[in-house]
Amino acid sequence: MTDMPNATPKNSLLRQDARTVKRNRAETRFKAYGIAAISVGLLMLVILLVTIIGRGTGAFQQTFLTLDVQLLEAKLDKKGNRDLQDIKKVSTFGYAPLMAAALEKKVAESAVESDLKPKEMAALLSKDAAAQLRDFVLENTDLIGTSVQFRFLTNSRVDGYMKGRVTRESIANDKNINAAQLDLVDALVKDGALEKRFNLAFITGADASDARPEAAGMGVSMIGSLFMMLVVLALALPIGVAASIYLEEFAPKNLITDIIEVNISNLAAVPSIVFGILGLAVFINYMHLPNSAPLVGGLVLTLMTLPTIIISTRASLKSVPPSIRDAALGVGASKMQSVFHHVLPLAAPGILTGTIIGLAQALGETAPLLLIGMVGFIASNPPDGIASGLMDPNSAMPAQIYEWAKRADPAFYERAWGGIIILLVFLVTMNAIAVMLRRRFERRW
Amino acid sequence: MSNFLNVAPTTLLVLAVLILTGIAYVSARSRAMSSAGGDARKLHSLPGYYGYNAAMLTAIPALFVLVIWMLLQPVLIQNAVIEMIPSSAVSEGSSVNLVMSDVRRVADGLNGAVKSGALTADAAKALTAADDVRSVLAGTGVALGSDVTAEVLAAAQRYRGMQSTGQVLMTAVVSLIAIAGLLIALRATTKTFRARNMVERFVLSLLIVAASLAILTTVGIVFSMLFETINFFKLHPWQDFFLGSKWAPNFRGDSDLSILPLLWGTLYISIIALLVAVPIGLFAAIYLSEYANSKVRAVAKPLLEILAGIPTIVYGLFALLTVGPFLVNLFGRGEDGILGVDWMSGATSVLTAGLVMGIMLIPFVSSLSDDIINAVPQSLRDGSFGLGATHSETIRQVVLPAALPGIVGAILLAASRAIGETMIVVLGAGAIARISPNPLEAMTTITTRIVSQLTGDTDFASPETLVAFALGLTLFVLTLGLNVLALYIVRKYREQYE
Repeated sequence: MTDMPNATPKNSLLRQDARTVKRNRAETRFKAYGIAAISVGLLMLVILLVTIIGRGTGAFQQTFLTLDVQLLEAKLDKKGNRDLQDIKKVSTFGYAPLMAAALEKKVAESAVESDLKPKEMAALLSKDAAAQLRDFVLENTDLIGTSVQFRFLTNSRVDGYMKGRVTRESIANDKNINAAQLDLVDALVKDGALEKRFNLAFITGADASDARPEAAGMGVSMIGSLFMMLVVLALALPIGVAASIYLEEFAPKNLITDIIEVNISNLAAVPSIVFGILGLAVFINYMHLPNSAPLVGGLVLTLMTLPTIIISTRASLKSVPPSIRDAALGVGASKMQSVFHHVLPLAAPGILTGTIIGLAQALGETAPLLLIGMVGFIASNPPDGIASGLMDPNSAMPAQIYEWAKRADPAFYERAWGGIIILLVFLVTMNAIAVMLRRRFERRW
Repeated sequence: MSNFLNVAPTTLLVLAVLILTGIAYVSARSRAMSSAGGDARKLHSLPGYYGYNAAMLTAIPALFVLVIWMLLQPVLIQNAVIEMIPSSAVSEGSSVNLVMSDVRRVADGLNGAVKSGALTADAAKALTAADDVRSVLAGTGVALGSDVTAEVLAAAQRYRGMQSTGQVLMTAVVSLIAIAGLLIALRATTKTFRARNMVERFVLSLLIVAASLAILTTVGIVFSMLFETINFFKLHPWQDFFLGSKWAPNFRGDSDLSILPLLWGTLYISIIALLVAVPIGLFAAIYLSEYANSKVRAVAKPLLEILAGIPTIVYGLFALLTVGPFLVNLFGRGEDGILGVDWMSGATSVLTAGLVMGIMLIPFVSSLSDDIINAVPQSLRDGSFGLGATHSETIRQVVLPAALPGIVGAILLAASRAIGETMIVVLGAGAIARISPNPLEAMTTITTRIVSQLTGDTDFASPETLVAFALGLTLFVLTLGLNVLALYIVRKYREQYE
């Protein structure tokens, strides 16, 4: 028998030596870095979404003041014959006294103590309120001479006070509102006449000028975006699919094909603002297409979206197995027939998915629209008809958001965030449809 | 505008051509059938192809001529009319182009007046400068800035005359071509005619045209910017643009237009963005591809990619209204602030824009790197594990070196995105051009200046507007260079695995 080594072993599998401990610690650290990186990324996403929702939901609510207005015949229809042309002659200035009177009466009735002058009281209402009352009267001329209950938009400062954006401390240097007016607001809230309600006009309405953020809405710019997307869809889809079919199915391997392919992948990486410069130089400066028109915006976005659509279309054409083509050719179809009758229908779901994703990208794009003039004015008139929708100056959703972000009044910031919510709802819907299409029709060969 | 789209008569013409096309399809199809005695099997092609062939011959040449005509006519008329404007009619501080746009407005206004019935066609022709043309046109909703001089009115009348002659000629030529096409196609339609080959050749050429549009776009981008850039360098010394140190556009002239301060701002912001995005994106990619189980991966990867799908205007607003004020609270409020320092004066700064852009680029870096790390073959990892390396040692010493060219490519692509990004810097970086190492100061970038020089009223004869094209071209070359470099690195250094 050999001697048992009685020295205890230096190393044991059960106890890690210093170096292994160090290496394992490094391992843990490394893994933690990865987890931290992902957490930071996800945290940013959460912060972004919380900010958007937290700041934007306020735009969907607006403060309204409900008053009983006497639509005095003596003021609105002096001749008393209910002739629309005559009633139209009364401008918004004719309606302002009626509103002021109604407000004064309300204050008197509800036993609110207020020593405000009538003019200061009337300042609680939006500058747009008289125009809204006028529009209402023009539509309901038979109500002249009666008393109607009407919901007036309030001034953006009052709205801000109701939402906590404007406080008694922050109005110290504000010429538009003072503490006595806020006292009246508090009293009217207690009375129930002043309240926040859902504001449909933000979704359907038009933009408004600098002085009346409470009246601004996204509706008209949404129509502008819609027309641009129609142009993109009508041009980018057929051209993109045709180009992909050529490159994937017919193109010979030669220098020209190579150049086209490199070109397309490079175009996908060109900054979007460069497409804006192209649009300005070619479509507006050379072709004299109208400035700010959704048609031009659509053309620019088409050029921008084409590479995306071509790349995804080629991928889905490639995923159709060659056996399909061979079978078609085998029963006597021409190459063109095999592609159009067999390959293309099988690739259609993939093409559609790619197109929707491309459209979603185009919908959120802002930079090129700035250069072709889709900002800097008030998109106040919804277009009447397709030609007007394509050619008349309009804004687009992201351009409208940018426009609001540039204005100095914080009340417009709230609207900008609200606009982002609407924009994101569209984007999420489009992407969800794309994902659904992919799940539903994806085919593994 | 209306000289490009003379809507009503042209629409009618297009409609007429389309109706002819329909007739062509039906008649050619039936002619082919009857030439085969009603037996489709005796035809060379399916009967529909004969119809398509005839429709194609009727519509395509006619519509092609129509489009070319509409593009050329305004240019030709303009050149003819411009000769009529004597140099005396061009007042001080104006240009021939401005007078020409007056001419166009008067002509369009007269057309509008005739159309709306405010003037009869003869009365419009008989107008002289003695008549108050301005007020006549104001009645039809065309506002003119100044009274109409005799020269402008004469030019406008000539312009209208040539427009209507051109319209008549175009209608005649286009309809003749359509009818000729129809007749030729019908004559060729016999049972042995190879209609399918004709149609397919035509479709193929359409496909080729669509594919070449990509080249056309690139050519359009390069040339539209190149021409204006050349014009810019005719008006402004190139030394100042490339080597000057100040950016101070001044619409009265005598501006300093140097790209260097803008380039500095652009690169500074991009570097900060990459400093945020590369570590986070890379570690996220490593964790997702090497450590995470499939459940975590299925959740975290799409969530991260949402960041890439959010429009840049949202990030811009986030920078301006959330991150900017937060940084001011941190660095710029003096004693009231969180750190008690007063280093920052406004919400817009290099750091604001850089941080937000970094967030935007995280998914860009992470998903590209993720793909590349996944492409490293498992055998390399197994070999490393077999030698006793820990997981992190394997990643650092085996996987990352193997994936390095791809990762560098991904970073370069992200850099090119950062340089070309517009909305975040327009809203978050500020408008002051300066070369300064302080990241808390507002600086401006190439894209921001392109936007500011090209929005509002643009005068394509002043260097202050044209400089935007020079900036755009620089941006295009810069981003293209980075993309090509990225591709080159990936191709050259990529290890090929079986």
